[in-house]
Amino acid sequence: MMLDASEGYVTADGRQIGGVVMEMKNITLRFGGVVAIKDISFDIREGEIRAIIGPNGAGKSSMLNVISGFYVPQEGEVWYRGAPRPPMKPYEVANQGIARTFQNIALFEGMSVLDNVMTGRLNYMKTGLFAQALWMGRAEREETENRAVVERVIDFLEIQHIRKTPVARLPYGLKKRVELARALAAEPKLLLLDEPMAGMNVEEKEDMSRFILDVNDEFGTTIALIEHDMGVVMDLSDRVVVMDYGKKIGDGTPDEVRNNQEVIDAYLGVAHD
Amino acid sequence: MFYREAGDFKTSYVDDSQTFPIKFDRYRYYVVLVVAFGIIPFIINDYWANAILLPFLIYAIAAIGLNVLVGYCGQVSLGTGGFMAVGAYACYKLMTAFPEVSMFIHVILAGGITAAVGVLFGLPSLRIKGFYLAVATLAAQFFLVWLFNRVPWFYNYSASGQINAPERDTFGILITGPNASAWATYMFCLIFLTLSAIIARNLTRGTIGRSWMAIRDMDIAAEIIGVNPLKAKLSAFAVSSFFVGISGALFFALYLGAVEVGEAFGIQKSFLVLFMVIIGGLGSIFGSFAGAAFLVLLPVVLKVVGADMLGWPTDIVAHLNLVIVGALIIIFLVLEPHGLAQLWRVAKEKLRLWPFPH
Repeated sequence: MMLDASEGYVTADGRQIGGVVMEMKNITLRFGGVVAIKDISFDIREGEIRAIIGPNGAGKSSMLNVISGFYVPQEGEVWYRGAPRPPMKPYEVANQGIARTFQNIALFEGMSVLDNVMTGRLNYMKTGLFAQALWMGRAEREETENRAVVERVIDFLEIQHIRKTPVARLPYGLKKRVELARALAAEPKLLLLDEPMAGMNVEEKEDMSRFILDVNDEFGTTIALIEHDMGVVMDLSDRVVVMDYGKKIGDGTPDEVRNNQEVIDAYLGVAHD
Repeated sequence: MFYREAGDFKTSYVDDSQTFPIKFDRYRYYVVLVVAFGIIPFIINDYWANAILLPFLIYAIAAIGLNVLVGYCGQVSLGTGGFMAVGAYACYKLMTAFPEVSMFIHVILAGGITAAVGVLFGLPSLRIKGFYLAVATLAAQFFLVWLFNRVPWFYNYSASGQINAPERDTFGILITGPNASAWATYMFCLIFLTLSAIIARNLTRGTIGRSWMAIRDMDIAAEIIGVNPLKAKLSAFAVSSFFVGISGALFFALYLGAVEVGEAFGIQKSFLVLFMVIIGGLGSIFGSFAGAAFLVLLPVVLKVVGADMLGWPTDIVAHLNLVIVGALIIIFLVLEPHGLAQLWRVAKEKLRLWPFPH
């Protein structure tokens, strides 16, 4: 499948995918002598679910960290919405409408679910210190408006019953969902999910898959995800990037990737002569 | 039995995010306010004011300040004594330079000056955390005490090196100096404590409080969801130092009256306020009150019970005080890191279900 930068395509289930939102151009990332990512290019298009897969240590999480501004690549450029992005601090990236979840849950354990999800709205809340200290007028209004958005997300992800519970008391599966809620509360243009189903049982995986599809469907959010469960990846994603040892070895629709000899070798192992 | 939120329905987000969402709590809070503002000023005497009420009110402000920094933002500070000294000396300089201005303004300005100094000494927190930050703030403590000892301008070149609070009034009522009446000093401190608590509560339940707690719980995740760590940490240092500065100004001007900096604002003071926060409860405004009350009352109670009723020697009672405080710190850190406030929360949760726990 060859694509033009401006044009989109239509998925197998009939969804129209738009132009390029984010493009990685020849990214290389090194840690000292270790090359984590080697000259990788791919794009993420508006409205699609884009998966990044690969064996352990392939550099998938590093790739996500480059997108979210946590690592600055030594070579290559990250293009976001048609312009190269200068090196930025992670919170500046968040301000541009990129939200993410983490492989090992990174919630704020001392806070309630509601407060955790409210932190997702930080970029929208601009009242100054003094107005907040007095809790009058604008501060209260802003809190209420953003609370309404957050309640919609809570409703959407069906976590109303644990709204006031401290996060530390929740089981793993719910924590994952709260983390997704926090990312969604930011109303991101691009949502990055780092192994959203890691450590879940089949039912929880089904729930999470449903939520991911619903988010994409209802809000039109562009999603890039890393996942190890091949069944999930093949079912959910529109296009897949396959990485191995920091290199890109495949890119295309799930069917194309599934039949790619290099990908099969990477996953099943192959005798090296 | 009485303590229920059942039937107490919220119909707006404003109602739901208020400070005391449960009706019973709200009424109890009003009762406390009425007693504190309407009854105590009429029955107060010098002993109660100087032994218990003034130190409690003033330390509670300091504990709220330190709790913002340590409990809410997770930045350890051992410089509280030094920052209180900044508040005290700022207040002294303002009082002597502008004698006709109201004390209200002086105390608030002293808080503001301390906030600026706090931000300055908070800068290392952008690079270091935990123990290393604690050591950096310890340096602030020693540097500030040294500064106020060595630079005569701060104590107006007085021969003793001490600062003495001149007589000042506010709205025509004398509140500093030896002739100030107990109720006036009490009311002055109470007003500052009430405002401090309300402001601290408003800040911690809103956006800025959430970004502080996010930094405390997981700084990397906080940054990735959009918290600017520079802004969050420095604002915590500023707000914290503001309250600590106010408490330092009140401690000097209204409570002690005369101050020798090393004695009044030494490292012991930093630890005392930190102990209040730990025993009272990290990350809780109520905990700041509980911790301050506990550590102010403990020596008084021990003295009344031990020395006056049981007839023990006073030095033994004083040492017993240290032993008990030390033991409590260890017990709280091991068993209940969230302090008295958490015990109170657990008690309330039990009470909600009592007498039918299932």
